[in-house]
Amino acid sequence: MDRETLSIVITGHVDHGKSTLIGRLLLETGSLPKEKLVEIKKISDKLGKETEIAYLIDQFKEERIKDMTIDTTQIFFKTRKRDYIIIDCPGHLELIKNMITGATLAETAILIIDCTEGIMEQTRRHAYIISMIGIRNVIVVINKMDLVNYNQKKFIEIETAINAFLKTLDMEPCFILPISAKDGVNITKKCSKLNWYNGPSFLKALDMLKPSREKANRSLRLPVQDVYDIEKKRVLVGKILSGSLVKGKEILVLPGFAKAKIADIKIFGKKPKKVSNRENIGVTLDRDIDVKRGFVIVDKESANRLEDRFQCNIFWMSKKPLEINKPFSIRCATQEVNCIAEKIERKINSSTLEIVYDNPDKVGLNESAKVSFKTERPIVIEEFSRLKELGRFVIEGDSTLLGAGIIT
Amino acid sequence: MNYLSELENKTIYIIREAYSRFRNISLLWSIGKDSTAMLWIARKAFFGKIPFPVTHIDTNYKFKEIYEFRDKYAKIWGLNLLISRNSTAIESGMGPKTNKFECCNALKTIALKDTIKQYNLKALLLAIRRDEHGIRAKERYFSPRDLNFKWDYQNQPAELWNLYKAGLNDEDHLRVHPMLHWREIDIWRYIEREKIPVTPLYFAKNNLRYRSIGCETCCMPVKSNANTIKKIVRELETTKTAERSGRAQDKEDTYTMQKLRSLGYM
Repeated sequence: MDRETLSIVITGHVDHGKSTLIGRLLLETGSLPKEKLVEIKKISDKLGKETEIAYLIDQFKEERIKDMTIDTTQIFFKTRKRDYIIIDCPGHLELIKNMITGATLAETAILIIDCTEGIMEQTRRHAYIISMIGIRNVIVVINKMDLVNYNQKKFIEIETAINAFLKTLDMEPCFILPISAKDGVNITKKCSKLNWYNGPSFLKALDMLKPSREKANRSLRLPVQDVYDIEKKRVLVGKILSGSLVKGKEILVLPGFAKAKIADIKIFGKKPKKVSNRENIGVTLDRDIDVKRGFVIVDKESANRLEDRFQCNIFWMSKKPLEINKPFSIRCATQEVNCIAEKIERKINSSTLEIVYDNPDKVGLNESAKVSFKTERPIVIEEFSRLKELGRFVIEGDSTLLGAGIIT
Repeated sequence: MNYLSELENKTIYIIREAYSRFRNISLLWSIGKDSTAMLWIARKAFFGKIPFPVTHIDTNYKFKEIYEFRDKYAKIWGLNLLISRNSTAIESGMGPKTNKFECCNALKTIALKDTIKQYNLKALLLAIRRDEHGIRAKERYFSPRDLNFKWDYQNQPAELWNLYKAGLNDEDHLRVHPMLHWREIDIWRYIEREKIPVTPLYFAKNNLRYRSIGCETCCMPVKSNANTIKKIVRELETTKTAERSGRAQDKEDTYTMQKLRSLGYM
């Protein structure tokens, strides 16, 4: 009875209809409690508006008065095929941090485009962020087709343009389809108004997606999350990111290169013989070595995975810019280390994707860049495409998030 | 790994992350199904013995079944139980008849404020879930609260992947939500799988059962004949009634929940 789940983030420019699409999906799949419908009708009446299905998602009073999504939210619904977790995001540039927060929780992305406006600034920026954080499954929906009388020419025009743009990001959408979220056209079923369209409805397209699963990597990576003293033993806890562990296995603890054997594997209420990736476990070692949070347990063949210089793509989210040779810290899994940018190789505008030439020593708010980082001490990293959790990091200063990075 | 184990593993990771950041934390246990499931997982995270106190906010208006359950399992599970009560307000007669908003705020939020101050708590583990209320769906896993307990919901910090907020700046404490990604039906399937004890209030008697439990004065049972966990799961697979439909404080005004939460309510 274990059903598959798929998490989907809905992205796109301001007012292109993200929240309305989700509201419509919930309505047509019968996923709503009756009282919810009565409630939004009442609220819409009070605000003197037509019944606004976006209010199912936009729950803050401020969101309803201003008719805009402020923060990311999640909604659940199911089809016969699987369970869905839908993540809604704000479309405003000022709220990009909330959009990224939502997007990092998703496996799949929907990019919505208003056919009367076409590709806009946040359409491009959201597409860029989706590609940067490694979401490969993308569906483009071209919305508000009712406003152009379901004109096929208009659809093809936008389809061609978005395909060309996504190609520059090395992205190929799984589907591009016309809809009207407001009128419920081509959401769960086709409609005679779209007799020129032969593809699947939006819901059918969702069900046709194949979840992208990371290839299992065999080398052991276990970043130490904490050390507990339990019954006079030091128990190292953490989440296995790749590989597996058995009792007696010889391991290395990086960055110190200390060798040890696994004395015992601990999961409460069980006596596991073997544990593998994604499990949160505890281990004890056969000898007393210095281990603390941020150290990484690896198999003895992986001694060469420590780096103190690497190249990465970063997205900057702070008003205070990144500057060359000015210290900040990064966190990658449980590792935390001081760091500087030695070189900014290339800086781009995250919407137009044009190279930015001014202030070559700084990366400013909402800019993206390819940079060379140097850390104060070596850490265990991987290319993002090989192992996500050791290939991504956050950049911080004074406990505040400044940006995000992907190791290339 | 199956779906429930995925959810459980994520929760263990978040609980351990909160504890590794601040040793001085507490788990909020309302004795309801969600926080009892969280408590169960916290016991797993720490191999049977939770190394920090578990707080029960006692409004004095809870069901007698809740008090019985609390005292029984606090003993069996070896919990360090803190009971958080706003005695001044209780003695001066504060109750839901005065005003529901005032009552929730005084007996829950203010009681909690005092406990945080008294024990110098830096983070609280709360079992709220995104699918129970639209406002809760907007929450982060690690959510800062300022000195006045305000939830600055219009300007929440970014939270990327599982790289949760590391420390506190000007904030008073962090709210940590290890169950945020669970749905109501997942909780019941997990309770079934793990054989977690829950209070009998959830099971139907005379065609009525509680789906969400708080104070006796402000909770209404829903129509149901689900008198076993299996039947509850089956009921949830098809129901069109909202989980908190029996909770009065959500109803008073459309934005009561938002107002309560912005002041520090759970």
